Amino acid sequence: MYGFAKMISNLINAIEFNELTLGYRDSLAVTEFSGAIKLGSLTAVVGANGSGKSTIFKGIIGALKPISGNILFASHQEIAYLPQRSELDLSFPARVFDFVSLGLWSKRGLLGRITSSDRQCIANAIEKVGLSEVLHKTIDNLSGGQMQRAMFARVIVQDANIILLDEPFNAIDANTTIDLIDQVKAWHNEKRTIMVIMHDLNLVRKYFPNMILMAQKPLAWGETSKLLTSQIPMAARCSQSSEEMESACEVNNYVAFQSIHRQYCKGKNDVSTL
Amino acid sequence: MFLLYDLLVSPFVEFGFMRRALGGAILLSIGSCPIGVFLMLRRMSLTGDAMSHAILPGVAFGFLFFGLQILPMALGGMVAGIIVALVSGLVSRLTILKEDASLASLYLISLSIGVIIVSSHGSTIDLMHVLFGSVLALNNAALILIAEIVFITLVLLFIFWRGLVAECLDPLFFRSVSKLGGVIHLIFLILVVLNLVGGFLALGTLLSVGLMILPATSARFWSSRVEIIVAISVGIGICSCLSGLLLSYYASLATGPAIILSAGVIYVASIIFGPSGILFNSRFKLTQINNKLKRKIK
Repeated sequence: MYGFAKMISNLINAIEFNELTLGYRDSLAVTEFSGAIKLGSLTAVVGANGSGKSTIFKGIIGALKPISGNILFASHQEIAYLPQRSELDLSFPARVFDFVSLGLWSKRGLLGRITSSDRQCIANAIEKVGLSEVLHKTIDNLSGGQMQRAMFARVIVQDANIILLDEPFNAIDANTTIDLIDQVKAWHNEKRTIMVIMHDLNLVRKYFPNMILMAQKPLAWGETSKLLTSQIPMAARCSQSSEEMESACEVNNYVAFQSIHRQYCKGKNDVSTL
Repeated sequence: MFLLYDLLVSPFVEFGFMRRALGGAILLSIGSCPIGVFLMLRRMSLTGDAMSHAILPGVAFGFLFFGLQILPMALGGMVAGIIVALVSGLVSRLTILKEDASLASLYLISLSIGVIIVSSHGSTIDLMHVLFGSVLALNNAALILIAEIVFITLVLLFIFWRGLVAECLDPLFFRSVSKLGGVIHLIFLILVVLNLVGGFLALGTLLSVGLMILPATSARFWSSRVEIIVAISVGIGICSCLSGLLLSYYASLATGPAIILSAGVIYVASIIFGPSGILFNSRFKLTQINNKLKRKIK
């Protein structure tokens, strides 16, 4: 699955980034990204829009090939990836059951047929996320929160040891957020390696032991408790802009914070002065 | 009863050309309609239309060297269609043009080249034959070719069905679990070209896409499950062919356009009367709003 990836000899890290540069046709989105995600860790990836958070995920799943550098994986790692809801064709005529069954692709492949035990596994996952009542409904009838639950059910079915979630809590109600956070915690307890792109710094502070602040490259990377103070005003809990970020969090690493501030306020080129 | 038999069945019993036309049209519906459903779901309906024009220069080259013979024209059409699909993909990857814009540009060039070749080396009748087909003149060679195309289509659809659905529904997720995305897209484009060539034999290059798209868009109003939509679209395709042939037989209308017009009538009826159509859907929504209001009042 990961043609460009080699295996890590070190047994502590699940994913290693070595001076990774990723980009699209006419722009670089991630430059010289280096660092490692520990096996069994739960990491929030935060940063402003356009800071390269989703691009990193696309690099990990192999949808984007590195322009330079590489990504290494520990041996025997399967990846489950939950894209943003906006990437899906929500008008596609498919039932919730069929949608969740896509999670079996890695096990069944192109020609493998779904067995009765697979059906049970899919039904269990759907029950776990509280969607049993809409099992046979089509996905165009689901609310945003229900759709997100269905996407979580697909990740459950994938049963992978690396889980990547791209903005899973955006535009969903509080109850759904709590339920899905519980699922993330359950995965964490099962020692799976989880990376989640987040905007809500309150959730990050409360539930994520590790975090990465992104601005094309990791500007701050480490334990959340050291990077964010415990007091985050509700009014400024989203990291959508520099002002909110500044008032919302104090970053222990002064240099990193300065560069984030410059990145947001004066343009991306300022980061090169780091 | 006898009247109905006389009206609906006797033309096909009496005339061999009507039987062959019906057989060819039914075969085409079985192959083309499922492809049309996926064209629609992949938001590529207009791509299908462009591709149908793009096969013309290939057909014209076949005509130029071999006259109105099925195989050279069909092979020429396949080659031209695949070349245009690949070149437009290449142009969109290497330049700032999106794939739909490069395809639209290329098909216009193809169409003009095709019409110039056919009209400068043949009669107006030949041009009409190439552009609008001649379903009533389907010979055994054409029927066999259509049957082969349908067989290949059904086999490939059976193999790649789950991949097509997954790639269409959630392309980024599919890329995370499989490297087949590009292969599936290419196979799908080849299937589109193959079926357009099959359709061209009966309906001409301009109308062959009609039997793909109209039954598919009509069927979307009747179901919300892809398997059922495909089955309904095939049914609508067959009904359109049957009614189009009869319409052309009794009213002396051009057969290809009569078939597509029949599909058009079913499309309009589906927009109005389908479960997801205007009538039912708006009434359904009103009922829902009404129920919510009642609950609030309680």
